[in-house]
Amino acid sequence: MSAVQETVTDAPAVEAVPKRAMTLGTGTSLVMLALLIAAPLFVKNFIIFQMTMLLIYGLAVLALNILTGGSGQFSLGQSAFYAVGAYTSAILMEHVGMNYALTLPIAGLVCFVFGFLFGQPALRLSGVYLALATFALATAMPQLLKLGYFEHWTGGVQGLVVTKPDAPFGLPISQDMWLYYFTLVITIAIYIFSVNLLKSRSGRAFMAIRDNEIAASAMGINVALYKTLAFGVSAGITGVAGGLGAIAVQFVAPDGYTITLAISLFLGMVVGGVGWLPGSIVGSAFIIFVPNIAEGISKGLSGAVFGVILFLVIYLVPHGARQVALVAQHLVGKLKQR
Amino acid sequence: MELLTNQVLAGIATGAIYACMALAVVMIYQAIDHLNFAQGEMAMFSTFISWQLLQWGVPYWGAFVLTLALSFAGGILIERLLFKPLAKAPILTNVAGFIALYAIINSVAGLIWDFTIKQYPTPFGSSPFLGSQLISTHQAGMIGVTILLLIGLFFFFRFTRMGLAMRAAASVPESARLVGINTSWMIALGWGMAAAIGSIAGMMIAPVVFLEPNMMLGVLIYGFAAAVLGGLTSPFGAVVGGFLVGIFENLVGTYIPGVGNELKLPIALALIVTVLVVKPAGLFGRPIVKRV
Amino acid sequence: MTAMLNVRDLRAYYGQVQALHGLSFALDEGSLTTLLGANGAGKTTTLRAICNMVRSTGAIEFDGAALSGRSTENIVRLGIAHVPQGRGTFTTMTVEENLQLGAITRSDKAGIVSDIERMYDHFPVLKQRYAQQAGTLSGGEQQMLAVARALMLRPRLMLLDEPSFGLAPLIVRDLFKILGKINREDKVTILVVEQNAQLALELADQAYVIETGRIVMSGSAAEIGNNEDVRKSYLGY
Repeated sequence: MSAVQETVTDAPAVEAVPKRAMTLGTGTSLVMLALLIAAPLFVKNFIIFQMTMLLIYGLAVLALNILTGGSGQFSLGQSAFYAVGAYTSAILMEHVGMNYALTLPIAGLVCFVFGFLFGQPALRLSGVYLALATFALATAMPQLLKLGYFEHWTGGVQGLVVTKPDAPFGLPISQDMWLYYFTLVITIAIYIFSVNLLKSRSGRAFMAIRDNEIAASAMGINVALYKTLAFGVSAGITGVAGGLGAIAVQFVAPDGYTITLAISLFLGMVVGGVGWLPGSIVGSAFIIFVPNIAEGISKGLSGAVFGVILFLVIYLVPHGARQVALVAQHLVGKLKQR
Repeated sequence: MELLTNQVLAGIATGAIYACMALAVVMIYQAIDHLNFAQGEMAMFSTFISWQLLQWGVPYWGAFVLTLALSFAGGILIERLLFKPLAKAPILTNVAGFIALYAIINSVAGLIWDFTIKQYPTPFGSSPFLGSQLISTHQAGMIGVTILLLIGLFFFFRFTRMGLAMRAAASVPESARLVGINTSWMIALGWGMAAAIGSIAGMMIAPVVFLEPNMMLGVLIYGFAAAVLGGLTSPFGAVVGGFLVGIFENLVGTYIPGVGNELKLPIALALIVTVLVVKPAGLFGRPIVKRV
Repeated sequence: MTAMLNVRDLRAYYGQVQALHGLSFALDEGSLTTLLGANGAGKTTTLRAICNMVRSTGAIEFDGAALSGRSTENIVRLGIAHVPQGRGTFTTMTVEENLQLGAITRSDKAGIVSDIERMYDHFPVLKQRYAQQAGTLSGGEQQMLAVARALMLRPRLMLLDEPSFGLAPLIVRDLFKILGKINREDKVTILVVEQNAQLALELADQAYVIETGRIVMSGSAAEIGNNEDVRKSYLGY
């Protein structure tokens, strides 16, 4: 008779972020917002493009934060949802001629369904097993996109070129700038939605599941529903990000959505602070800029430099940017007391 | 029917690679309760070290043993220097650490030995094994080494005090401390052993996949999959899982039309995931009962 | 009488929450002492603090040696065995392996083998199940295994955290009889933390009562047992 390995549910692998620390204070939020709105007016188009990508990856990291930080489900497969969103937008724009803005909600919806469906078999998996399953999904996606069967729609290995939209109503701003503000509005909307989602009953259900699934179900929470819902929402947001990404980069190709992207998004989440939504943008900045910095420091050892920087970050702030924010908050509090 | 048998046999032969890797994976999982993504890179680096020793004229088995010892020491060093400081950090942060380690090792290996493919010798020769076209003597040797390793590990864990202490530390760390076991050191030892086993895997695999910094990526993924399939708590399961994965991979490539090399991996992974959904603890893993 | 264990001004913390507020007590060598208190009073925390399993300040001396700054496993190696709450059995290992683990820090093979035999004499049911997975044993059997495992250390001091928890009264009586025997014959100093005040007071020589992280009463077991407040709060009459 094989013995059963009994475990008392350990402290959750994903630790809770206290609710009041979930978002930035109003003051800080407004400052951030002002910066985000004003910055593009002073920089060149390429920088604006980078800022757009910053927001887009920020959205993807945000989505992962909801899934892992919120409902405690690990995912190394976000690149798959990103890819589906990107291709949905690209196909709708190039083959159906749909307006770019309209493709985004559709991309989001398609990915929501996809995520929700994927969440079903994933219900029985957790921790390292779920990581493996999502990893499988991420590695499969580029191959699926290359399949000859879909080539007419996907453009096969070459992918599809996507037309970048002009600013509407003949506004005298560049395509990059228009796209930036467009993305910014969507990002803010999704951010507000996510914050409210996590504060709502559903959000509390997610967190109950994250902290102790058995207790949550004993309390009457429909664990299956909320877990798949979390996957769906996370996938949907990632899909929107993917769509925006396709438009910003102006093309989609299978090799742009590999497991490397999934791992990067994971790193972005950790660096930003797991479960801390504002940290998503810090994480996004990390994964966009640090690899470039590393390559600037040493072309031959760029990977090693990146690894060293990553190590330094996680030693100094094992809890990511959230830890920095808490320390800052603490200091500000102390100053106020004087 | 003959095609099936042949493919199964060929699958077992390639599966030995995954079985070897899976053993290292399970070893580290037993010690630290999660999977180390940098395991493959550590094995690759060890193999390069052995290659370098061979280049310097050290005879094969001398280089083998030396590499084993260096890998063991290296594993302990990496754990003490890089991961002990992260012991109190959240798991996800540790995973980020593994990813960082991966990047560093891969990059450094590329710099020292560059990315061109190198030949790596086998001590077993590569003539057909017992006249069979499907298994070479090297592959048979690999299977033999893996089985020997498995038996060695079994004896270590079952019949030695150190093995007992390591099992205890992994199983109930608090109780292990309460009988006087230094659980922190047990983790370091686990890393050392996993690194040593990984180096063996690397040195067995290199003759087949050729030596270059990215050689282990596919193998590692299959190794993980094999370990998970077999049940992360069971070295025996890991080895069986490795052979099964090898067979799956081969059969999928042979029998499912339109599946080129690229799709074999996702399909194999998908099959494993399906198994997990049915048997979440893997084929030979102990079913895990969770209490609140 | 030398003090085997001397605790002075012990304060213990779980994160920001303070659980012990300046505890002081001493255990004489060879004594059998019980620490009584309600749920949450700090009994378990006290034992954990002695073994450095929880953040604490204050002075703890074991047979003259200061314990502060030592890791749990090093404290154990000094000769303190701790049977934790919930028993902490190595459920995936056999009964005999659990006993072997108790002696993992010892190097005298012959001594270990004979000690295992002695444990089987104390607890015949363990001998019956020596090759069984420890997780399949009943609660009472696991408790005996936990005590036996602790004894395999040949400790000078044994700490037991609520050994009666979840056990039928008859089994608890048997267990306590054995503890008394061990205390007298093997000269092991014992500190038993208990909610089951009645049986604990019958067993022990000395007693302390702890409330919200402070010692509120101390004396011989008989005195404490006859104390009116104790009878009302902990003995129900």
